[in-house]
Amino acid sequence: MIRFSSSHEYARQEGDRFRIGITPFASEQLGDVVFVELPKVGRTYAAGEEFGVVESVKAVSSLYMPVAGTVVEVNDPVVQDPGLLNTDPMERGWMVVIESTDSSAFDALLTEEAYQAEIASH
Amino acid sequence: MTETLAAPLRHTPLHDRHVAMGARMVGFGGWSLPVQFTSIVTEHGAVRSGWGVFDVSHMGEFRVSGPEAREWLACLVPANLEALPVGRAVYTFFTRPTGGVVDDLIVYRFPDHFLLVVNASNRDKDWAWLQRHLPEALGGVHLEDVSDQWALLAVQGPRAAAELSRLSDQSLDQVPSFGITTLHLAGVDCPAGRTGYTGEDGFEVLVPADKATSVWDVLVAEGAIPCGLGARDTLRLEAGLPLYGHEWDDDTSPLEAGFGWAIRNPGPYLGRDAHVRQKAEGTARRLRGLRLTERAPAREGYSISDETGTIIGKVASGTYSPTLGHPVATAYLPSALEPGTVVSVRIRDRLVPAEVVALPFYRRPSTQPTGGSR
Repeated sequence: MIRFSSSHEYARQEGDRFRIGITPFASEQLGDVVFVELPKVGRTYAAGEEFGVVESVKAVSSLYMPVAGTVVEVNDPVVQDPGLLNTDPMERGWMVVIESTDSSAFDALLTEEAYQAEIASH
Repeated sequence: MTETLAAPLRHTPLHDRHVAMGARMVGFGGWSLPVQFTSIVTEHGAVRSGWGVFDVSHMGEFRVSGPEAREWLACLVPANLEALPVGRAVYTFFTRPTGGVVDDLIVYRFPDHFLLVVNASNRDKDWAWLQRHLPEALGGVHLEDVSDQWALLAVQGPRAAAELSRLSDQSLDQVPSFGITTLHLAGVDCPAGRTGYTGEDGFEVLVPADKATSVWDVLVAEGAIPCGLGARDTLRLEAGLPLYGHEWDDDTSPLEAGFGWAIRNPGPYLGRDAHVRQKAEGTARRLRGLRLTERAPAREGYSISDETGTIIGKVASGTYSPTLGHPVATAYLPSALEPGTVVSVRIRDRLVPAEVVALPFYRRPSTQPTGGSR
């Protein structure tokens, strides 16, 4: 199952873990991504808390954790090659995996349909 | 990426073309302009290795004519207009009595008038400045804002001259850097200067506003890559070219930015005393480049500190350099700080090392005809 935040992150549920990244819409809005800053394994975040930064040639954008939890995996390839966020944000361009202590925030996120409707109104 | 829209944005004659091509439009200096058509990095690369076209119709154009036009203008700019022949252009500034820059501009000398091309964001300010300094006895100088009559297309890149030569069916070999010619494009006579803002060879082409789309369409159909403001900024920054509001402002003298070579006016002009003094005594600060070895770009306003932790300046412009593959920035730093020194830039909660370097970051291979010096 996958859910989306209004700030254009996605959370893909994998058991009690969530794989977090940014949506193709976000990646397209950013343009050429040149830098990604991600947290270390072990950091714990509240839902909505800033967990990293993505920078394109032109702009800096903060990343917000869609679901509360502790980082258990970080996608090092995306840090080494931030262009993955432009070419494949949903698959190879994932950012972190978190283990959630409270998944209630997940249910409150947007469904794919609701998210698509929201970006269509942009 | 958030734009604050105070007033409706103005449209260039090419606005609808840009939208139809799917460009991402942003507000810049009160205008709606394309920031990118496809990708900043792709457009940047096209200008470094081929040719691209930018719509810079937001720039202002003022026409100055009359028997006293040259004498009057010569009192306002540090360039030597007496030495500027018909058919040539010069990069210069309106300067304040304190030496600071009201705006930077290019002055084109045509047979019967001067054309001043100024920054869009400063058009009203420049107009007021010129009005304020008009001679009391009117008649000798005629000043006209002709901005709305012209579109301006910057055709830039190592292939720009050859392609324009082909399309206009005329040799451009004899047009020197900062020389003026007339290009015949799409059946339209377009005054053009061998000038630009990218660090590459190229031309800035004045097109009558109502013919702008025909000329644009021909250029794009013939292979010019449409480029937006994003690439314009990365290209100019790599080439060490200052941008008003970043490297230039009313309190910054051309000498502080390393433009002492542009101060050539032998006569009196506003700012002369300050420039003479600065030339003799030096300036306390100096525009430098910063080369960052880490990946995070240093952005405008980030603070710069020395090895003792003392703040010594802030970033004027910063971006990722597509040509060099690492972030670059500009900053005014104490003049005593030599290139080669390593300073720190505060990027969010970290201090990132940056090497102070002389500008520019990028210089084009010197294989193209450049004709004259400016």
